[in-house]
Amino acid sequence: MSLVNFTKTELKNLFSKPATEKYPDGPATYKEGTRGHIVNNMDACVLCGVCQMRCPTRAITVDRKGQTWSIRPFSCIQCRRCVDNCPKKSLSMAKEYTEPDVEKSQMDFELSDRQKEVLAEQARQAAERAKAAMLATKQKTVQAKEDKPGEKPGADPDPGKADK
Amino acid sequence: MAGKRSVIPFGPQHPVLPEPIHIDLITEDEKVVEAVPSIGFVHRGLEQLVTKKDFGEMVYVAERICGICSFGHGYGYVNAIEHIMDIHPTDRARFIRTMLFELSRMHSHILWLGLMADAFGFESLFMETWKYREKILDMLEAATGGRVIFSIIRIGGLRKDVPDEVMQGFLPELDKVVEGIKSCEKVFLSDPAVLSRLKGIGYLSKEDAIALGCEGPFLRASGVDTDNRMRGYAAYSSVDFDIITSDEGDSYARCYVRIQEIYQSASIIRQCIEKMPKEGIYVPIKGFPNGEYMTVIEQPRGGACYYVHSSGRKFIERMRVRTPTFANIPALTKTLQGCDVADVPILVVTIDPCISCTER
Ligand code: SF4
Ligand code: SF4
Repeated sequence: MSLVNFTKTELKNLFSKPATEKYPDGPATYKEGTRGHIVNNMDACVLCGVCQMRCPTRAITVDRKGQTWSIRPFSCIQCRRCVDNCPKKSLSMAKEYTEPDVEKSQMDFELSDRQKEVLAEQARQAAERAKAAMLATKQKTVQAKEDKPGEKPGADPDPGKADK
Repeated sequence: MAGKRSVIPFGPQHPVLPEPIHIDLITEDEKVVEAVPSIGFVHRGLEQLVTKKDFGEMVYVAERICGICSFGHGYGYVNAIEHIMDIHPTDRARFIRTMLFELSRMHSHILWLGLMADAFGFESLFMETWKYREKILDMLEAATGGRVIFSIIRIGGLRKDVPDEVMQGFLPELDKVVEGIKSCEKVFLSDPAVLSRLKGIGYLSKEDAIALGCEGPFLRASGVDTDNRMRGYAAYSSVDFDIITSDEGDSYARCYVRIQEIYQSASIIRQCIEKMPKEGIYVPIKGFPNGEYMTVIEQPRGGACYYVHSSGRKFIERMRVRTPTFANIPALTKTLQGCDVADVPILVVTIDPCISCTER
């Protein structure tokens, strides 16, 4: 009896379209949101290194000196942790799986020229700010030193100055 | 007069075994009189990694204990840590976790049906069942972004929300899967050729099942009604379901219990989607876990225990997992006693062996 049942299923399968995809002859289809591989937008990355710190398999290397961002795709477990933690939202997850390879390669990406300029400009501004801050501290110390003799017993103290 | 005894090695490489386990079958003519199992071929030392990965990263390792019940392993570990840190995930997180857990159970049981069909040599039935398993994997992929390792669970809730539209889309798909499994059920449970391979084969009595410490569908097929989901972890306390048992205790009963559990899981998933609360999916955590906890959850193959011991540092000191297959191996050797050599592959499959999680 049940063999007849299964014959029905088999006949149906014979005349319906295949349940599988002919990958790699045809393109593979992915769901929306499939965790395929990591892509970094080198126009937005600031090489802060958060992704490197957060990656559980240490697949990412950030080289601030050489201005490169590298990933070892065969160490990456597509967990999305780096994407969730990137402060500049420069990382994203593409749907397609990593291409097969014959060796465990590393992929290096250099910052785009524009981003290099942006970072250089930011660095310059930061340096200026640091310099200004240093000058301000220096001035404060000098002033404090000048104020000190005033605190000596006998001298006329200026109570307002200490607060400045 | 007793026949001449000989030893037939079964595994670690055998067509019916997806993973390596070795059993020495001591046979007399065509009958097995004793079975001596040995395991340890795929030990990976994952538990030791808790001392190398911080407690948040360890979730990814816990998920990788096994490729079939990966969600459950992640959940077991996270559940233990959440108890230590006294974190209460939001209702939505609990319901989504339950839904994903049941989807995993469905795909695991359907996988088992396929392996069973393969073990008794019904190739087209094997492919037919896996066709439906594929639909479940697609659902998991749509919900989490992964087909095998989901990376969606984290301590305190979930890392990603599953949109309501996506979950609503699961309902018609689930109907299709249930319908498909119903058509396969007729073959599994009433085909004379299949019945001759299952009925009365590998009988395990209720007393033996309890004495040997069996777990999961293997135990329930011997008429013992225990199911760790009844403890009400995740959102199981908010959904309706029964414990499915059978009194027959043979391979047929194990097949029956698993098929019924597929329907039951589908019903739990529907209830979860219906009752899905709206609020957030994550509660922030503070500090490091300090204390110890042991949790038991119901994996597709049975109860799995997770023990975590931590002393307030970033790195946990000890984690221990006891998986259901480990608990079922003693009973397997019992059911193998007295069976025909030709039935050994089927009996090994009936416990739904998952060796990589047994050895971790
Ligand atoms: S976290 Fe984002 S911005 Fe920072 S280095 Fe990584 S990719 Fe670049
Ligand atoms: S997806 Fe995960 S493993 Fe891959 S690079 Fe990002 S953090 Fe590392």
